[in-house]
Amino acid sequence: MADVKKVATRDSYGSALKELGATAENLVVLDADLAGATKTSIFQKAYPERHFDCGIAEANMINVAAGLATMGLVPFASTFAMFAAGRAYEQIRNTIGYPHLNVKIGATHGGISVGEDGASHQCCEDFALMRAIPGMTVMCPADDVEARQMVRAAYEMDGPVYMRFGRAVTRVFHSEDYCFQIGKGEVLQEGTDAAIIATGIMVPEAIDAGKSLAAEGISVRIINMATIKPLDGELVLKAARECGRIVTVEEHSVIGGLGEAVCSLLAENCPTPVKRIGVNDKFGHSGPAAALLEQFGLSASNIAAQIRALLGK
Amino acid sequence: MTPEERRSLQLTAVSVREGILTGTHGAKAGHPGGSLSAADIFTYLYFREMRIDPKNPQWENRDRFVLSKGHTAPGLYAALAHRGYFPVEDLPTLRHIDSYLQGHPNMNTVPGVDMSTGSLGQGLSAAAGMAKGAKFLHRDVNVYALLGDGELAEGQIWEAAMFAAHYCLDNLCIIADINGLQIDGRTCDVMNSEPVDAKFAAFGCDVVTVDGHDFDQLESAFAAFHKNKGSSKPTCILMKTTKGKGVSYMEDNAGWHGKAPNDEEYAQGMAELAAARKALEV
Repeated sequence: MADVKKVATRDSYGSALKELGATAENLVVLDADLAGATKTSIFQKAYPERHFDCGIAEANMINVAAGLATMGLVPFASTFAMFAAGRAYEQIRNTIGYPHLNVKIGATHGGISVGEDGASHQCCEDFALMRAIPGMTVMCPADDVEARQMVRAAYEMDGPVYMRFGRAVTRVFHSEDYCFQIGKGEVLQEGTDAAIIATGIMVPEAIDAGKSLAAEGISVRIINMATIKPLDGELVLKAARECGRIVTVEEHSVIGGLGEAVCSLLAENCPTPVKRIGVNDKFGHSGPAAALLEQFGLSASNIAAQIRALLGK
Repeated sequence: MTPEERRSLQLTAVSVREGILTGTHGAKAGHPGGSLSAADIFTYLYFREMRIDPKNPQWENRDRFVLSKGHTAPGLYAALAHRGYFPVEDLPTLRHIDSYLQGHPNMNTVPGVDMSTGSLGQGLSAAAGMAKGAKFLHRDVNVYALLGDGELAEGQIWEAAMFAAHYCLDNLCIIADINGLQIDGRTCDVMNSEPVDAKFAAFGCDVVTVDGHDFDQLESAFAAFHKNKGSSKPTCILMKTTKGKGVSYMEDNAGWHGKAPNDEEYAQGMAELAAARKALEV
């Protein structure tokens, strides 16, 4: 496995912005004194005149982005997920969401894989907060290839977008000919006994769980759900009807994220047994990312265990 | 300003005040006090200062106005209606269900509104974003933001002021309506924001203090703003005003921050404004 390519999706974000910047002249990037960490520094280095550092003032940054959008620019406002979706929630809700402005929020350092910084910086509530805003598109890429395409897709669509990127490096499993579409899930593996619907860095874990289950003769469908809102309901319902059991996996609270979106859809349209894997209404804590993910059950082994339990095996 | 121009503005301001009473009376709710304290600045901005085209509200190179103190929408709507953005007859539908005249400004439903506001503290940041955008695009666009003095307690106002000075937004004109009152009482008792002039100066703005009901002083203040362009510093105009200005029983009374006049009060207010018009027409 030594030659497996691993990239943090925050790096993908920075490099995608730089790549887009070459042709997208109306693209501007805002940051709140975290350019080195959010990786907008990659864009900044190439296009310093289009990178506006707002200092440690996220609320102001979000509303400055709203003002820039009304001038015909396409701002990508960047900070940690905690300070974008969390601190500036009401600014996003009232001055980007309500007027439906063309602002893209690039939130890095989502979830507990932030690691050593601990709970104050481990945002596991951003999907819930952003999903609740009418008209907001909410996405989380699974790897570098998808993240770069997502940034371009966000630029090309009109309207507010929230994207969550990760701090930790994660396995690149998509080939370059992959074609990401907003609002469409991706079936990575067909299967009939159960379906795993995962998002973000949980997708490689789901793939690994699928492999070990296959060795036991259990056939699981694996779905990468990069767009959390609008949810690809058709794909979820198809999986429910054909597989009969669903496991959702996200590096987010089990409250309000992908799992609840799937449950809401199924409860009203196709009641199906579901197990939500996520952060169970708890704060995180300091530690290495990999150890934290394992401890919180956000791992291939726990996904496989939950599938076995769901199947009574 | 010629005497005739001054009188014309004063007459328009009377119409704007009538529109505020008519709107809030029709709504049976809304915020007349702070709308009336700002009636003269709404009038000055929309009838003398801003480069706008009511027939083309989305004109790319228009000057922008952001009502950071968004609850005083009745005053903005009255000015916009009288300026020709939409029919004056629609003002009484303020806050009615399905009316486009929402309780707080909505840029997607009200022609002439450049930014949706209502949650205090956010408008100045949006205005700074517009000013930064105009600079970036090399467009000669002025951006005006109107703040309340109670609103100055919002920390984000100072984040925005710091941003405006840092990015040399001399195309941004911050206007603060210092009427001295907020919902819970006198601003100096609720949360004292003084000295406001020293604060904005310390944050890097050029500060001008004027009587916000005197059109000649407003003219000088905006002349200072235009003169400041090229100085790299945002301008801050502090307007000393009277909350409820022009309607005797509302003047300097915090109780009229967010209360609509009943039929009797409405009739009295309209009679006072009619008398003010008559006095100007003599």
